[in-house]
Amino acid sequence: MGSLILRTAARLLLVLFLQFSVFLLLRGHNEPGGGFVGGLVVSAAFALYALAYDVATARRLLWMDTRLFIWIGLLVAAGSGLGPLLQGRPFMTGQWGHLVLPGIIDLGLGTPLLFDLGAYLVVFGVTLTIIFSLEEE
Amino acid sequence: MGMVVAVLSGFVLALAAPYLYRMTGRAAGWIFAVLPAGLVVYFATHIGAIEAGQTVSVTYEWVPALGISLSFYLDGLSLLFALLISGIGVLIVIYSGGYLEGHRQLGLFFAFILTFMGSMLGLVMADNAITLFVFWELTSLSSYFLIGFDHEREIARFSALQALLVTGLGGLALLAGLLLMGQVNGGLEISAWLGQGGAVQSHALYPLILLLVLGGAFTKSAQAPFHFWLPSAMEAPTPVSAYLHSATMVNAGIYLLARLNPILGGTHLWFYAVTVTGGITMLMGAMQALQQTDMKRILAYSTVSVLGTLTLLLGLGSEQAIKAAMVLILAHALYKAAMFLVAGAVDHGTGVRDINGLSGLRHAMPMVALAASVAALSMAGLPPLFGFIGKEMLYQAALETQPTRLLLIAVAVLTSMLLVAVAWIVGVRPFIGEKITTPKDPHDPPVSLWIGPGLLAGLGLLFGLLPDLLERSILSPSVEAVLGRPSAMDLALWHGLNPELALSVVTFAGGAGIYAGRNVLLAIASRVAAVTRWGPAAWYAVTLIGLNRVALAQTRLLQSGYLRVYLLTVVGIIAVLGGYTLIRGAQVVSPAVGFDIHFHELVLAVIMLLGAIVAARARSVLYSVVALGAVGYCVALIFVLFGAPDLGMTQFLIETLMVILFVIVFYRMPRFEKLSSTSVRLRDVFVATLAGGLITALVLRATAVQWYPSMSTYFAEHSYLLAHSRNIVNVILVDFRALDTLGEITVLAVAGAGVYTLLKLRPQKRED
Repeated sequence: MGSLILRTAARLLLVLFLQFSVFLLLRGHNEPGGGFVGGLVVSAAFALYALAYDVATARRLLWMDTRLFIWIGLLVAAGSGLGPLLQGRPFMTGQWGHLVLPGIIDLGLGTPLLFDLGAYLVVFGVTLTIIFSLEEE
Repeated sequence: MGMVVAVLSGFVLALAAPYLYRMTGRAAGWIFAVLPAGLVVYFATHIGAIEAGQTVSVTYEWVPALGISLSFYLDGLSLLFALLISGIGVLIVIYSGGYLEGHRQLGLFFAFILTFMGSMLGLVMADNAITLFVFWELTSLSSYFLIGFDHEREIARFSALQALLVTGLGGLALLAGLLLMGQVNGGLEISAWLGQGGAVQSHALYPLILLLVLGGAFTKSAQAPFHFWLPSAMEAPTPVSAYLHSATMVNAGIYLLARLNPILGGTHLWFYAVTVTGGITMLMGAMQALQQTDMKRILAYSTVSVLGTLTLLLGLGSEQAIKAAMVLILAHALYKAAMFLVAGAVDHGTGVRDINGLSGLRHAMPMVALAASVAALSMAGLPPLFGFIGKEMLYQAALETQPTRLLLIAVAVLTSMLLVAVAWIVGVRPFIGEKITTPKDPHDPPVSLWIGPGLLAGLGLLFGLLPDLLERSILSPSVEAVLGRPSAMDLALWHGLNPELALSVVTFAGGAGIYAGRNVLLAIASRVAAVTRWGPAAWYAVTLIGLNRVALAQTRLLQSGYLRVYLLTVVGIIAVLGGYTLIRGAQVVSPAVGFDIHFHELVLAVIMLLGAIVAARARSVLYSVVALGAVGYCVALIFVLFGAPDLGMTQFLIETLMVILFVIVFYRMPRFEKLSSTSVRLRDVFVATLAGGLITALVLRATAVQWYPSMSTYFAEHSYLLAHSRNIVNVILVDFRALDTLGEITVLAVAGAGVYTLLKLRPQKRED
């Protein structure tokens, strides 16, 4: 499938989808969104890119094998729960901190975000692994 | 503490053994033997305390809620066995180093042997019923690995499996029996049971308990009709046969009977069940031993016979019988292990194991010949060897038994006669006479190969001459442990002219006669042999083959390889069973269904229904995929309508990706001319509707029932306070229930890996 329109659109949409997926990820805590949806959105983006060009190009864009994302995601998700263990609290107790730059940012950051990031990466990795493998068949 | 270390040290060294072996080279056997030697010393230090009547016990909590603890108990009986296990273990390890020298898996062999040693030690010292069972099964398992050590040969694998299955089945029975006893006695500590014998024996479950425990003991100790695995186990390397299948593992059943004698013994049922089995086994084993020509098989059957004798003695249960049993355990272990090691040395040196092909070896292997003759004399029960003392005590016990005295004497004497003949055939005849040519040129084997049998045979001689060495220190305490009351022994070679001595003389004469006339006897036996073709070994083989056939048939039926069959089966059965339960157990609860439906909800429902119908009726795959996609989008809309935007978003995306995926897949696949026929579709629609109806009914029922306060109120109240969040769904996923989500993304990862593997690795045909 190599129509010019699709290819151009895919390039633009890829960037847009990526930004949107990160937006969804960060937004998930207080509004609809979250790691799972974010991962799916960005997978859709790369799937579209792979349809427009081909899988090899899409893979080169990723600069890492899709399977690696899965394991990194799992590590991040599991690791986010290890911190509290060092303080003697149960595994996966949420740790929260405040990032304050007076006047500019006042952010509450916590380990659930890290966990969500891990889920994001896993969903991204799995979906793309499946789609790319099927495409290459 | 020390006892736990003693038991576990074998396992620890076993783990390191393959790596250590690479460093030790030729002296491996000697180096590894340091551990069992240390254990011998350790146990020997306890002799004094045990002799004085004390016991040593150690307990570690394991699963307190079930009463299971890792407890060990050292008394006279366990000390006797522990010394046997570790002492013979030293010699076996040394012997293995020489016998299997150069074998590429010798390190692994040492690991298995050490694991076995640790398991056996744990077994004899275990105080908790579950601990006992665990080590019991561990011995079966290590025996499996050891018998099948030469795993390239199919007969070795077959024999190992046979031993494992027979002893494993017995182990299950034993577990049941032990647990029942625990129920009756209100606890699982065996030392606590020892004082409560009356409770078990008068209990209604006593026959069942006895049957189960005897099942375990008889399978392990190769009593008829479970004896057939022991001769097959001779496929193992000789050190294994010498260690496991003569001196230690097969004695586990004997140990069990001895240990549980105060609790289960003394009743008529015990007397008849155990004595009769033992008697049959001892006679049959001896008769079979005479008919064999392979050295190891002769020894195997004679082991079966002696195990039968020990069982018989424990069945008799009198004080004299128990004393005889303890002495025989020791005597038998010493001479039988020695003889097996001799057989191995002969095999190693000449390449022949058939006694008809061996003669005149005393010139070539003097040390081995010496050890063999001494051990054979002990086996035949000739003075001044320890075996003689054992046999005398056997006769004494038989003479003292009141009912059936003559029968017992007859059986005992006949068996002993046969064993005399067998001892001569296997232990002396190969070494006397003229030399014959053998495949390998025989020579005296290295030290590691004759020190074992030499030492063991020598001990048989030493203890025969000086039985006082053992009398008070080890044997009396063990008898007391089995009897449950103090007892004194009087071991000596010469007790004066008494009936036992007369019986011994008769035995030797008879044995000589049997040897002289053995050809005649064998001819008679071979006529009768046709009967044994349908013996227990044949039943085992038939059962195994039948089991495999049934498994193959039912697998072919259920696991046909078609995904639609699996799906149909799973969904269908769930629908039927669930529906049945729902209808049966349904109190009439009218579901909380109001009928105020909005127009847009109605439209959604109609669209979903239409989509499902189109998917079921579609003429091409793409049509149905698209229709299913429409259904999916409607589901997503439902989520949105009912206040779950996250779910709705996710569902939209997944549905889109699914449609894309399907298109990719089906675009590439060849056209399917044959889609499901109408009747098949009707069947599928029926099952699907059933399943869907079931879930609907379940959901309606579930929402109508309110047993606990709803979780959603908890989450709603606490999500902002505890988790700083206003999106309850998300915070449940990543915070409140983060552990579940971690599990789910792991499953996702595994699924992804699975898909990848299926797709990528499939086309390569590996020529195996």
